Amino acid sequence: MTDQTLMWRIAGGSGDGIDSTSQNFAKALMRSGLNVFTHRHYPSRIRGGHTYVEVRASNEPVRSRGDGFNFLLALGDSFARSEQDGAYYGNEKVKPLTESLADLNEGGVVLYDTGFFEEADIAEIRLEERAEENGWHVYPMDLRGLAREHGREVMRNTAGVGAAAALLGQDTGYFEELVREAMSGEVMEANLTILEMAYEQASEFEFSHDLRVPTGGHDTDQALMSGSNAIAYAALDSGCRFIAGYPMTPWTDVFTIMSQNLSEFGGVAEQVEDEIAAASLAIGASHAGVKSMSGSSGGGFALMSEPLGLAEMTETPLVLVEAMRAGPSTGMPTKTEQADLEHVLYTSQGDSNRVVFAPGNLEEAYEQTRTAFQVAYDYQIPAILLYDQKLGGEMRNVDVDFFDREPDPSLGATLTEEEISEAAHHESGKFERYRHDPDDGVSPRSVPGQTGGRFLASGNEHNAVGHISEDPDNRKAQMDRRVRKLERVRAELDDSEHSHQTHHGPADADLGMLVWGSQQDTVFEAVDRLNAAGHEVKALGVSDMLPYPETEVRGFLESVRECVVVEMNATGQFRGLTQKELGQYGEKLASLLKYDGEAFEPGEVVEGFESSIDGGQPAAGNMRFVPAAGD
Amino acid sequence: MSTFTAIGEDREIDQEEFTPGVEPQATWCPGCGDFGVLKALKGAMPEVGRTPDETLLVTGIGCSGKLSSYFESYGFHSIHGRALPVARAAKLANPGLEVIAAGGDGDGYGIGGNHFMHTARENHDMTYIVFNNEIFGLTKGQTSPTSPKGHESKTQPHGSAKDPVRPMSLSLASGASYVARTAAVNPRQAQEILVEAIQHDGFAHIDFLTQCPTWNKDAKEYVPYTDIQDSDEFDLDTGDRREAAETMYEAESRLYEGEVLTGRFYHDPDRPSYGEEKRAQGDVPEEPVAERYFEDGEWERTADRLIDRHT
Repeated sequence: MTDQTLMWRIAGGSGDGIDSTSQNFAKALMRSGLNVFTHRHYPSRIRGGHTYVEVRASNEPVRSRGDGFNFLLALGDSFARSEQDGAYYGNEKVKPLTESLADLNEGGVVLYDTGFFEEADIAEIRLEERAEENGWHVYPMDLRGLAREHGREVMRNTAGVGAAAALLGQDTGYFEELVREAMSGEVMEANLTILEMAYEQASEFEFSHDLRVPTGGHDTDQALMSGSNAIAYAALDSGCRFIAGYPMTPWTDVFTIMSQNLSEFGGVAEQVEDEIAAASLAIGASHAGVKSMSGSSGGGFALMSEPLGLAEMTETPLVLVEAMRAGPSTGMPTKTEQADLEHVLYTSQGDSNRVVFAPGNLEEAYEQTRTAFQVAYDYQIPAILLYDQKLGGEMRNVDVDFFDREPDPSLGATLTEEEISEAAHHESGKFERYRHDPDDGVSPRSVPGQTGGRFLASGNEHNAVGHISEDPDNRKAQMDRRVRKLERVRAELDDSEHSHQTHHGPADADLGMLVWGSQQDTVFEAVDRLNAAGHEVKALGVSDMLPYPETEVRGFLESVRECVVVEMNATGQFRGLTQKELGQYGEKLASLLKYDGEAFEPGEVVEGFESSIDGGQPAAGNMRFVPAAGD
Repeated sequence: MSTFTAIGEDREIDQEEFTPGVEPQATWCPGCGDFGVLKALKGAMPEVGRTPDETLLVTGIGCSGKLSSYFESYGFHSIHGRALPVARAAKLANPGLEVIAAGGDGDGYGIGGNHFMHTARENHDMTYIVFNNEIFGLTKGQTSPTSPKGHESKTQPHGSAKDPVRPMSLSLASGASYVARTAAVNPRQAQEILVEAIQHDGFAHIDFLTQCPTWNKDAKEYVPYTDIQDSDEFDLDTGDRREAAETMYEAESRLYEGEVLTGRFYHDPDRPSYGEEKRAQGDVPEEPVAERYFEDGEWERTADRLIDRHT
């Protein structure tokens, strides 16, 4: 596949428009009929610091970042700090070039801005020599000068795109179209001129490289979007009309999308003082009869621990999303990790009673967010969507038809006034909102303002009408009923036509890989490559974290001799969960771990798996292999 | 026709409707000031014309938090310090509800101080009653945010070295549009103030002095009390922010010198509530969001409204 794949990286500094330029580039390629996938890397800094986005494009499906990349557009960091003796950050100015070159594949193409990188910089990093050694094809161009001459300096991104298009044999039609859609007047004219001039100027190079944009075609209309888009859109299509939150990277994306659209959808978005308030507001709105959500990343989610328990105890339907980033504590705010699994499963006092899904890709993020709302309202239980910086931020093309769904505004187990009048009441007139007897554990609720539905919601243990009670028999009955709900959710998920778990690879393979959440499609690509290379491997991508899909995972593990659990954390949290839930397989489960902030590349998984077969540590990257017990 | 038929119901209301048949008697200690809040609230409801079914009382944790157990309405006994965020969201979800929040001084001025500040700032149309007994009662007598400087307790064995919180000053500076202090020992004034607070279209904060005879002062220590509206010493224009600030400061200081000053300290009837502000700028629909879920109607789809921008 690699031969027909373009892996294009645009590198600059934060604030240089790298993200928006890459989105336009990806969209243009999508419109030209290619499948695209983006990978974002950025620092926790408003201005400056090496930032890049990779766009992988192919006429084959692309569902992961690639191994390295093969085209570099190096624009330079306009907000770099000055180099000083003793300062650990070195020469920031040249990092978009130097740090990117470290990952550039052999035979790759380098297009860099001579208006930014001076001769001394190029000499300092020995570009010529290294290009010789690695077979790189280097094209220096004064993008900045060109932008300045025909417009403004910030338009050097446009110049870069025009020049890249020329070098890749792509005509500029789709790029022009996007400029015309997004801009108007003089700015549009200047950008169009710069695009064309850069294209012409780059066409004058004598091309020494063979890399070209592949050609492709889509049978159906495509949309380019991120995992965060999919989560927010699923919430809107689920009838969610209330969100409360506090900004925190990377959850802010979902919060922003919801806040920008909720008023148009007849809902309410609240930015509040902290995450304790955010989760509490979502509970208040849900209690009052509006489908509600909140969310955060690890640190903010920690503040939501107590409200989460309140939702469990009062059985207030609630959907939370948790966008993981590298921890502990503030960790690495803009880097990905899967280390909040245990945090999300168990936080808050008492026995936890919640549902947790970890989708493996964009479509799963949409589907499972919808399921989260359905389960939360049908079972009056908090449902948490656990994802990460990678899934939230990566963009992909997806069939437009995928979103052609019916909205689901159902409040689940909530009664109308008419139903309340027929429901059981205490002799005092209070509605029995927390009855012991429902088989499925779900005792339907009323909503404030409904005639005859009065009850007390309390975080204290309570009786059928909600009043505080420490009676042992009542306590046991209420606990049993609440726990029963989770078992019913498990049964419903098990019976569902569409399992959240995804199998990949030959069914009769006797080696396995288990993966959860955002690393899924990368592992699946690795599985394809391993099988092509003669191994017999299959993988299971697991999304249901709680209730854990015992039957499916047990079936998978029984069918393989050995299994590597691939996850982005240092302690093998999902492997631990699997052993806890299944009560065995310690001797069968090994771990391939990565926790350096950079998502797995498919090639790394291949290498990690191959070396693990030999019982050794992977040589490349920052991976760590932990053998199965007894090995 | 409203989906919530209890909301806006026009009928005679008897204050006994607010006594829950399932738990008619409170567990508060004999002589506790909390009884005064309960009685004043029950008395105020018929006057403001709101029924138990259209009222949501959200409480925090502590003796004060049990108010929702002894007051018949929709109730939400939430978490320590978090009554306000729960309550204000319910108001946004269904503005027709009469939303009242209540908690103690530790709840509102300590652990929930951040929410207090921000809810006042946003000026939600709701009432917040703070049972101020200058002590942590239910946990057995520890120093609270309003305990006087030098207060000794098991957790402050050498006496508190902190100045107490100034609740009304904090409220005013944060943006509350109605601020009053009353006392359990003055039931007539308490009920009048509660009526005004509930009728006020904005965030109404009542610092309610509730004696804790078990761990702190008994009722006698709040007598005599002075109603600043009846006092010759004060000629307060409650619409004047500067005068209000000065008078609050006096009242807060003198409480610790044994002088109990109560009454209305600040009232701005013109400031729009948060809900009004949000509706005016199109951020919140005119119809209560909660009603949609019970009515037939089309729901917006992302497929129709948002997907195009991604193609």
